[in-house]
Amino acid sequence: MNVKYMFSLVAVILLFLLAYIGVEAAGLQVLFGIVIPYAAIIIFIIGVVNRVIGWARSPVPFRIPSTCGQQRSLPWIKSSELDNPFTTPGVVARMFLEVLFFRSLFRNTKTTIAEGPKIYFSIEMWLWLAALAFHWSFLTVIVRHLRLFTEPVPFWIALLEKADGFFQVGVPGIFLSGLVLLAAVFYLFLRRVIIPQVNYVSLSQDFFPLFLIFGIAFTGILMRHFAKIDVTGAKQLAMGLVTFHPTIPQGIGGIFYVHVFFVSVLLAYFPFSKLMHMGGIFMSPTRNLTCNTRAVRHINPWNYPVETHTYDEYEEEFREKMIEAGLPVEKE
Amino acid sequence: MPEEKKIYNKGFVVAGLIIFITIFMFPFWYNLGKAAPVPEPVLTEKAKAAKECIEPKSYMKAEHMQILDDWRSSVVRDENRVYVSSKEKEFDMSLSNTCLDCHSNKADFCDKCHNYASVNPYCWDCHIDKPKENK
Repeated sequence: MNVKYMFSLVAVILLFLLAYIGVEAAGLQVLFGIVIPYAAIIIFIIGVVNRVIGWARSPVPFRIPSTCGQQRSLPWIKSSELDNPFTTPGVVARMFLEVLFFRSLFRNTKTTIAEGPKIYFSIEMWLWLAALAFHWSFLTVIVRHLRLFTEPVPFWIALLEKADGFFQVGVPGIFLSGLVLLAAVFYLFLRRVIIPQVNYVSLSQDFFPLFLIFGIAFTGILMRHFAKIDVTGAKQLAMGLVTFHPTIPQGIGGIFYVHVFFVSVLLAYFPFSKLMHMGGIFMSPTRNLTCNTRAVRHINPWNYPVETHTYDEYEEEFREKMIEAGLPVEKE
Repeated sequence: MPEEKKIYNKGFVVAGLIIFITIFMFPFWYNLGKAAPVPEPVLTEKAKAAKECIEPKSYMKAEHMQILDDWRSSVVRDENRVYVSSKEKEFDMSLSNTCLDCHSNKADFCDKCHNYASVNPYCWDCHIDKPKENK
């Protein structure tokens, strides 16, 4: 039993019960369907802006990009423009691939010591694959949900939905993104439990978002395929929120409010957590700086003005005395 | 360090934040000034006269697609065409002959909610404006 993930698991279960009992027993639909979502959105936006501005206020004393290849130097030495970008377009290309395809995770290696003793480095792709599956399916799920937040629904949302439900299994059709999201979150959790080194560095705040997102995906799939809800009612509530005419339609069950509450918690928790890597990736000096240290001087922005006293100033100050003492001066 | 901390690369940071917030707030500005009336499916005279569908309204609202899917499996795979409702009433398992018999106004009934929720079921690929099944 690991106290770190148990703590997070219990927290998510408590959140579930809070929303479920709050709606089913106490009838707090207005709180969980209107007040908390609005509060969460406000916390999310202010929190994210605050964190990003906070980072932007931090000076970067040196050029500290992580260099994963040969820097540009002499013309006959082959340089790696993507892994050690010398120019701004290079940085943009590097960031683009990092943000969309997680190249740095692709570099993940596994180190093992065999008899000898001999050290082996082998490629370790699972984290990269699971991270790609997780982020892309989560994005798909979020974009798909816009059908409940827009009227009329733009064609590209319907198009994405069609692609996502390509296999037309069952009615309502199973969405690949939902299953992939659930599987990827589960893998990312298992990885933190099973691999000893990763387990050692995992804290409850690493597990909490995983359980929370698992809960979101789980309640979502539950509502679509098992404990079905009135989708028209759900859209009515969502549209009420985004048009600032909040309403609580009758007859949508507790699970729906649990789903909304989980998402609200995720949004409100976002700015204070490791999830801020969404903004942080753009703000990391190890990624967004050019590696042109040999060509361009980077001045430490917190350098204070150094007081100097040049010889000219010195002579100006002591000229009379110097002449009196018979010392040579440059200006009479 | 200076007392008042300046924002480095202010232009990029502010532009990035504005883009992010604009994307995040998409549903809020997309729906501005547009009315989003709640769909009100119209019942035909026949449906009104029948008072209740094969199951209670709230159940039908959430589960009708599941019922149709189960019916399809039952008819196609088990040759069982009789549905016994929770009130022990028997119905012919047929979208064209049972459902659409009362709810013959697809545009004012089915499509109302389906369009609202952007649902595009492939039932209609065969089951509308086609000759009724032979009994």
